Amino acid sequence: MMIEILSWVCLTLGGLLGVVGGIGMHRFPDFYTRLHAVGITDTLGAALFLLGLGFQAGLTIASIKLCLIFVFIFFTSPTASHLLANAAMLGGLKPVLSNDDIDNPEQLDK
Amino acid sequence: MRTIITACLIFLFWFMLSGHTETLLMILGVLSAMLTVYLAKRMNIIDRESYPFHLSLRLLRYYFYLGKEILKANVDVIKRILTPGRVNISPRVITLSVIKKTALGKVIYANSITLTPGTVTLELSDDEIKVHALSKEGAEDLQKGDMAKVVPDSGELPL
Repeated sequence: MMIEILSWVCLTLGGLLGVVGGIGMHRFPDFYTRLHAVGITDTLGAALFLLGLGFQAGLTIASIKLCLIFVFIFFTSPTASHLLANAAMLGGLKPVLSNDDIDNPEQLDK
Repeated sequence: MRTIITACLIFLFWFMLSGHTETLLMILGVLSAMLTVYLAKRMNIIDRESYPFHLSLRLLRYYFYLGKEILKANVDVIKRILTPGRVNISPRVITLSVIKKTALGKVIYANSITLTPGTVTLELSDDEIKVHALSKEGAEDLQKGDMAKVVPDSGELPL
C-alpha cells in the first residue's frame, strides 16, 4: 500500500515535470533557453517516472531493466543536447543575451 | 586484468537481462560473453578510456554529488518557468578554462554541465569550454569551479 502511494506520487510528479518542461518551451525566448527547459523533462522528469515504474515492478528483472534505461538516458541525453546546441552555434544562430546587469557582454563569435 | 573484469561484467549484464539459471543457457551465456570479449580484444577497444575501472569508486561518489546538483538546478529552473509575469532569466555565454589532464575527465565535466538544467555546453576545445547559462546565478556557480574540482580525472588505482 505504502509502495503503491510512493509509486503514484513519483509517476504524477514525473508527469507534471513533463508538463512544466512543455510550458517552459513556450515561455522561453530562443532555442538555447528552450533547451534548458527540456532539460527538466530529460533529467528529473525521466528519473521520477522510472522510479515510479520501479516501485510498481518491485525487485525483479524488470526493475533492473528500468535502471539500465535510466543509465542510458543519463549518458545519451547530455550528448544529444550538446550536439543540438553545438550544431545551432556552428549554424550561426545567435543566442538572445540579457543586456541588463551584464558585466562583460560577450557575443558569440562564429 | 582489465579483460577479465570486462568479461565478468559482460556476463553479469547478460545474466541481469535474461534471468535464466538453466545449465545449458548459462553455458551459452558464458560462451557469448567470451566471444564478445574476444572480438573487443581483437578490435583493441579494451583500454583505459572505454573501460575506466580505475575511476569506479570516485565515479560513484561523483554521481551522488552530481545527483544533488541536478536536483538543485532542476528546482531552480522549474521556479523560473513557473514564475508568472515576465520570464525571470538572463541568458549568457561564458567561457571556462579546463584544467583536466585527460580527455575522459574533460568529457565527464562537459557532460555534467549539460546534464544540469540551466547550463549547456556549446563547444569543447583543448583547454576551454564554452557554456550557455540560463541565469546569472548558474553562470557564477560554474565560474566558482566547485564542480570542476570534484570531477574525477586521472586514476588513483592504475589497473
